[in-house]
Amino acid sequence: MGNYKGKSMKRVEDPRFIQGKGRYVANLSIPGMVHVAIKRSPYAHATINSVDTAAAAALPGVVAVYTGSDFSNVGGLPCGFTPPGIKTPAHPVVAVSKVRHVGDPVAVVVAENAYIAHDAVDLIEVDYTPLPAIVDAKGAMDTGAPLVHDDVPDNCSFHWPLGDKDATAQAIASADHVVEMELINQRLIPNAMEPRACVAQWDSFMENMTVWTTSQNPHTIRLLLGAFTLQIPEHKLRVISPDVGGGFGSKIFHYAEEVIVPWVARAVNRPAKWVSTRSEASITDAHGRDHVTHAKLGLKKDGTITGLYVTTWANMGAYLSTFAPLIPTALYITLLSGLYKIPVIFGETYGTMTNTVPVDAYRGAGRPEASYVLERLLDIAAQDLKMDPVELRRKNLIPPNEFPYQTPVALQYDSGNYPALFDKIEQLADYKGMRKEQEKARKDGRLVGVGFSSCIEASGPAPSAVAVGLGAGIGLFESGVIRVHPTGKVTVLTGSHAHGQGHETTFAQIVADELGVPMEDVEIIHGDTERTPYGVGTYGSRSAAIGGSALVKSAEKIRHKLTLLAAHLLEADPADIVYDQNSGKVHVKGAPDRAKAFGELSFALTTADKLPPGMEAGLEETSFYDPANFTFPNSAHVAQVEIDRDTGEVTIQKYAAVDDVGKVINPLIVEGQIVGGIVQGVGQALWEHGVYDENGQLLTATMLDYAMPRADRFPTIQVDRNETPSPHNPLGVKGAGEMGTIAGTTTIVSAVMDALAPLGIRHLEMPLTAEKIHNAIKAATSNGGGN
Amino acid sequence: MYPPKFDYYRADSVDEAVALMGQHGGKFIAGGHSLLPVMKMRLADPGVLIDIGRIDGLRGITRSGNSFRIGALTTHATVAAYDDRHFPDALKHAAGMIGDPQVRNRGTVGGNVAHADPASDLPTVFLALGATFHIAGANGARSVHAANFFTGLFETALAENEVLTAVEVPAEGIENGSAYAKLFNPASRYAMVGACANITVSLTGECTACSVAVGGLTPKATAAPSVGAALVGKQLTDDNIAAAAALVLNDLGGDVMGDIHASAEYRRQMAPVFVGRALTLAGHRAGWVARLQKNVKDVAGDVLEEIERRLRK
Ligand SMILES: Cc1cc2nc3c(=O)[nH]c(=O)nc-3n(C[C@H](O)[C@H](O)[C@H](O)COP(=O)(O)OP(=O)(O)OC[C@H]3O[C@@H](n4cnc5c(N)ncnc54)[C@H](O)[C@@H]3O)c2cc1C
Repeated sequence: MGNYKGKSMKRVEDPRFIQGKGRYVANLSIPGMVHVAIKRSPYAHATINSVDTAAAAALPGVVAVYTGSDFSNVGGLPCGFTPPGIKTPAHPVVAVSKVRHVGDPVAVVVAENAYIAHDAVDLIEVDYTPLPAIVDAKGAMDTGAPLVHDDVPDNCSFHWPLGDKDATAQAIASADHVVEMELINQRLIPNAMEPRACVAQWDSFMENMTVWTTSQNPHTIRLLLGAFTLQIPEHKLRVISPDVGGGFGSKIFHYAEEVIVPWVARAVNRPAKWVSTRSEASITDAHGRDHVTHAKLGLKKDGTITGLYVTTWANMGAYLSTFAPLIPTALYITLLSGLYKIPVIFGETYGTMTNTVPVDAYRGAGRPEASYVLERLLDIAAQDLKMDPVELRRKNLIPPNEFPYQTPVALQYDSGNYPALFDKIEQLADYKGMRKEQEKARKDGRLVGVGFSSCIEASGPAPSAVAVGLGAGIGLFESGVIRVHPTGKVTVLTGSHAHGQGHETTFAQIVADELGVPMEDVEIIHGDTERTPYGVGTYGSRSAAIGGSALVKSAEKIRHKLTLLAAHLLEADPADIVYDQNSGKVHVKGAPDRAKAFGELSFALTTADKLPPGMEAGLEETSFYDPANFTFPNSAHVAQVEIDRDTGEVTIQKYAAVDDVGKVINPLIVEGQIVGGIVQGVGQALWEHGVYDENGQLLTATMLDYAMPRADRFPTIQVDRNETPSPHNPLGVKGAGEMGTIAGTTTIVSAVMDALAPLGIRHLEMPLTAEKIHNAIKAATSNGGGN
Repeated sequence: MYPPKFDYYRADSVDEAVALMGQHGGKFIAGGHSLLPVMKMRLADPGVLIDIGRIDGLRGITRSGNSFRIGALTTHATVAAYDDRHFPDALKHAAGMIGDPQVRNRGTVGGNVAHADPASDLPTVFLALGATFHIAGANGARSVHAANFFTGLFETALAENEVLTAVEVPAEGIENGSAYAKLFNPASRYAMVGACANITVSLTGECTACSVAVGGLTPKATAAPSVGAALVGKQLTDDNIAAAAALVLNDLGGDVMGDIHASAEYRRQMAPVFVGRALTLAGHRAGWVARLQKNVKDVAGDVLEEIERRLRK
């Protein structure tokens, strides 16, 4: 017993998932339940002239058909991050007069089963007048571009500047060398394994609504349903997120279907269910990334960075999704300093509206975009200055003795040892050996590339006061309740939500260690607003740092109470009592047999007959933890790739990663997060791309065309850690969920571009497809460039 | 994903399948791995499905004389795992490159060729191997040569009410070699370019017969006779192979297809590359006699293994 932390405990949730015993929203079936299907716009931009639902309504088995005007009693979908000056266009749950992206809902069918519902959808006739569409983040602001919303002039929802503009421009102007480039961070489609789903049940006697939804943050959804959209009082609303099969950010947001389904359940007074199809997911789940960036990096001849100036156009899509404006602003520009000492930085973002699916947080959320800009600039700077890219980076690292380090873009980094991180990755990957091998390969005419990138992440968004000051609509604390039952068994209620992260294991390890009880005696409950206290949910790699810390705080309170109780029962001074966290025994200092076991004490609080004066019966403690700062995990990754000269195809030959995620509670889970993240990041570098044509049709709306990473494209990924505990939370942990995704992308792009560098190819946009590379090689060699 | 409404009949024999089709119309369904996706996307609405998937006589591979008969219901997984040294390597390996294990366990050879998706692998292979397609219909049985079976984009010589019962391919002798090379679509894993080479090599290492077909980039599997004509009578050197492979461009026709994953131009440029790879591999597999006589040390490890496998019988 005890000392679970730091051990690779097998995930307690896995037997359930592996045996198909997970309880997902789509598994839920309630007697009398109706099924909802949604008629969606096939146009990117069009006026709705009329919607004819007669044929659909007449189909046997159809219960009701609704159009946009029927939803006049619900509020529009709100945006929860509104910095000063932002224009937030209305986002009706069901479109009334206009559709603004392919997939925008125009009508809702309710039927006895899903097949009938989908048949009826096909029978709805909508008369549209198509309008010109705009899909491009930067082009949206061109004069003459079609307007997505009449009340958002120039399609510009917001402009968000940060840093000293004049000083930065000055630093760039007087630099010895300037790298200037335009970069595209392409649109991605999240594709969690489980598509979104929603079930709702209306209790017409109690006037209570229960909503089961695939959410990463059920309390946030309840708040938004209560206060903005459905407007059922919050205490009459229960939101449950049972087992959820992945989110990657896309399940943070409040979606139209979460309003439509409970609205229908009340309207027809029967339980209602909607399950997204995979194709529907592509045109309704919030997408990720989609930036166009213009960047300038100033350097001295010796490689010292003097300034960074970045302008970004961030595609927000047709409406502002729940946290959309936060991502390319406070989670992006603030990260542009990376691991480096950069004297001045100026960054600005234009958030633009287009006729595309809304864009919001996707694993990494802003931070991969920032890292990509910085790391690409550094690679090219190294080429220009004829320096080794690692040496150039080393030259600019923030030294370990300068922590806490204040960047020019608002953040204060808490801890880190970046030179040690670099030493470790160079050793793990045998970086110098790789370079030698590369030299040999190049002599043989092979296109072998070595990629390097480092990255920083601000994870566990916090503290509330800062977040709200920046424009967030809610605080960013987390709740944790420890409820000890009379027999000493423990139920833990957390406001965090697990949808693949393994909280049921990690949080049990934390609580078992804090209390000194066996892990099997601890059960983690999450995802139900009626069982758990108000919680903020899971995103931004915040759960262990904030949710885990809330539990540590509650455990401290439990230990304190038990110490007082033991002192009373053992007739000792509380100062002489020792709480042994290995055994859960509470004993008198120096006399281990004058002890009370954990279970004895919890039972004593139930009989409640021998309590010290003033002590209340029962053993349950609640904490709301609001950290003082973000945590700052950091990493350095190395990869080796080879390019097939004939086809342009990339093979990843080696991949090594060293990450500093602070203290590690469960190495197995952390390694899974890192490796999974890397694979997802490499997906962006090489394959993934949400492609719209100029009419706003999504060309990659099915798995036939949206290319996901596959296991057979990867070598074994070597991972190691460089642990520097975070000083901000009692566990010393930092975020581990997104690092891999951030570094995976930049590392592979770096490697591919390194392979192509001898041909004089400077930059190619992601994804680095075979054709793109092939054409670049052809162009370069036919120009007589390279060797 | 919810397909439109359909009626379902199950046939226990080919005759019954043909009769049911005559009675109700609709579509045959075998493994469902091409038909169900298009129904679920509501791109197809056949109204009636006649399930031929449980007709036992259509399953499995049998050797008869100098050829193999592959029942229409044989799965890709069965083909990929089929172990007979005379079974064409190109077919075995192409079947193993289809989709993923789930698809290979359900998808059938008959369904693949009847569907005639231009991005499919097997039509290209059957064309290069000179396969024969056995068909049963209301008016009895008939056989169609591969050259006449694939008639266009998603089109074959099969009439609506005919069942494909088997595909027959010639057995490979010791002087033959066949190979399939594929440029995978990164999303779907279908072929963006697929090339199959089927060659015969003399004891002196000279190519005496050569049949090449390509797919993935043309509306239907396309024979490349120019390549064969250039290679026959020549040694299988790298240069000869490259020169012959380049001639595939003469045979592609005017309808080379492109999409967001690979433009038509890129696919054109890749055709000689993959034809060259298929020829080289086929040469390794066939040319063992010649190589053995010339210089054992030249022979790559995998070729030696291949030789041993074949000699072991
Ligand atoms: C995810 C995925 C990936 C795939 N990847 C590849 C790939 O890489 N390469 C590739 O080549 N293929 C690929 N496929 C396609 C797969 O090989 C075919 O779906 C499969 O072979 C079709 O066989 P089936 O038995 O499933 O046909 P079905 O779907 O049952 O039928 C397909 C069509 O053929 C007709 N049909 C079926 N059998 C007969 C018969 N005996 N006589 C007459 N008509 C018949 C049906 O009426 C229907 O029109 C993939 C499919 C999926 C779902």
